[in-house]
Amino acid sequence: MSGFWLPVATLWWRDLLRFWREKARVVGYVGSPLLFWLLIGSGFGNLAYFFPGALVLTVMFSAVFSTMSLIEDRREGFLLSMLVSPAPRGAMVLGKILGSTTLAWIQGAIFLCFLPMAGFQAGAAEVLEAAGVILLVSFTFTALGFLIAWQMDSTQGFHAVINLLLLPLWLVSGAVFPMANAHGWVRWLMRLNPVTYSVGALRQSLERHAAAGAPSFAASLLVTACCAVALFAASAASARRKSARSFG
Amino acid sequence: MVETEDLVVEYGARTALAGVSMEVREREIFGVLGPNGGGKSTLFKVLSTMLGPTRGWARVAGFDVEREATEVRRRIGVVFQSQSLDRKLTVEENLRGQGHLYGLWGARLTERMEEVMRRLGLGERRRELVEALSGGLRRRVEIAKGLLHRPAVLLMDEPSAGLDPGARRELWRYVAELRGTQGVTVLLTTHLLEEAEGCDRLALLHEGKLVAAGTPAELKSRIGGDVVVLEVGDAAAGMRERLEARWGVRATEVNGSLRVEIGNGHRFITEVVEAFPGAIQSVALHKPTLEDVFLDETGAAL
Repeated sequence: MSGFWLPVATLWWRDLLRFWREKARVVGYVGSPLLFWLLIGSGFGNLAYFFPGALVLTVMFSAVFSTMSLIEDRREGFLLSMLVSPAPRGAMVLGKILGSTTLAWIQGAIFLCFLPMAGFQAGAAEVLEAAGVILLVSFTFTALGFLIAWQMDSTQGFHAVINLLLLPLWLVSGAVFPMANAHGWVRWLMRLNPVTYSVGALRQSLERHAAAGAPSFAASLLVTACCAVALFAASAASARRKSARSFG
Repeated sequence: MVETEDLVVEYGARTALAGVSMEVREREIFGVLGPNGGGKSTLFKVLSTMLGPTRGWARVAGFDVEREATEVRRRIGVVFQSQSLDRKLTVEENLRGQGHLYGLWGARLTERMEEVMRRLGLGERRRELVEALSGGLRRRVEIAKGLLHRPAVLLMDEPSAGLDPGARRELWRYVAELRGTQGVTVLLTTHLLEEAEGCDRLALLHEGKLVAAGTPAELKSRIGGDVVVLEVGDAAAGMRERLEARWGVRATEVNGSLRVEIGNGHRFITEVVEAFPGAIQSVALHKPTLEDVFLDETGAAL
């Protein structure tokens, strides 16, 4: 057992320690979506509606961008020493993903502190449920980030792919406008978009009811969990596949 | 301890290793000597389980590097040429993390960490971030990391790269001591003659092929007698034929000088200087070095 969980724990802890030593990152990740939320929400005069979306945006970016450390690990050579160690590949992937997941979750939790400002009357049960949903969403996006980062060797390329992928997905996820207001093909896009279910799950954990036309809480959770499992499996599989390129 | 048989590695159309068979015995310090691009790094990657062979096989400590990679990984300590440390962590944190990857923890890990830090003189720097350390110190942390789990075989890729002569000597003293006290087998790659001289046995690798193997003394004794180098400038081509005809030796031309291996160097020199008055700009005589062996076997300089 210690052969699997010890590497997981040590890689997880390492990410936390590194993050703690670069405090500017904390400010940046929480600060910008907060600003985003205040500006858009105030502009539309509806801070509450934009709250779940902005929170998912925080978690999404934090999760995906902290997997960029994988590219640094590869470039700095740290990845090499992990790869020649007897630690199972699965443990390596899980450790890295849990590290980034935790960081994203902490930032989501900080964002949750602004609930009263958004006008939510959330009790302990709602907050706990929301924290659980944030954890699941963090894991899902970290696994996505890992999958992309594993194939990349430059952080610039990673930025390009992420911006092309994440922002459009977020825009049509119900974060900015509800599905009921969407027209024709955009509504279909929203139904197909996995991020819709992340935003939906979080929104419903806070609002306690499903908006008209939106998927139920259970369905949202199920879709998000399935994405998490699929992305993790894909990450582990690609890490197991040997490619000479990944060894520099 | 390390064994390869007809090892072939191809990267697409390029052949990096073209059938290498060799054996490293227990407690040996074995050097793989060759120019950059000769296949050393590829061999290192195969033995450290990073790259599977295209054909042939390699075994380390009795296990196949491809099929039994995990068993091999438990038994090897790897010191990379490029750095593999986390610069944002301290020396101690790097070592602790490394121990965890090998399933070491608690008191046993602490004890091992103390031991390698003491041996490599890192004790006082233990709480410093790696990014604040000098190149030589980082290299020592790298080596400490490779030794932490007491590997049976230590694989080092160009261990002296980036070390000043003092640190280099210290490293060698330590490696020799390890072999003595812990019975470690060491395989290292190098392109430095000085480093190669310190090995028990050597393999010369050129263009993916093993061109010679043996102790440094054995290899050098293949060249009987002395090596004489005549600096002759433009006259080299013409003079070579006359040398070969008159003394029955083989002369190789390297950048405007002629290199001759001959039994009685001093007598040859007097004769040759008298035979070609004014044509020779300088004459040098030395006992064969590993560089001469390499030149002799491959026709190429190291």
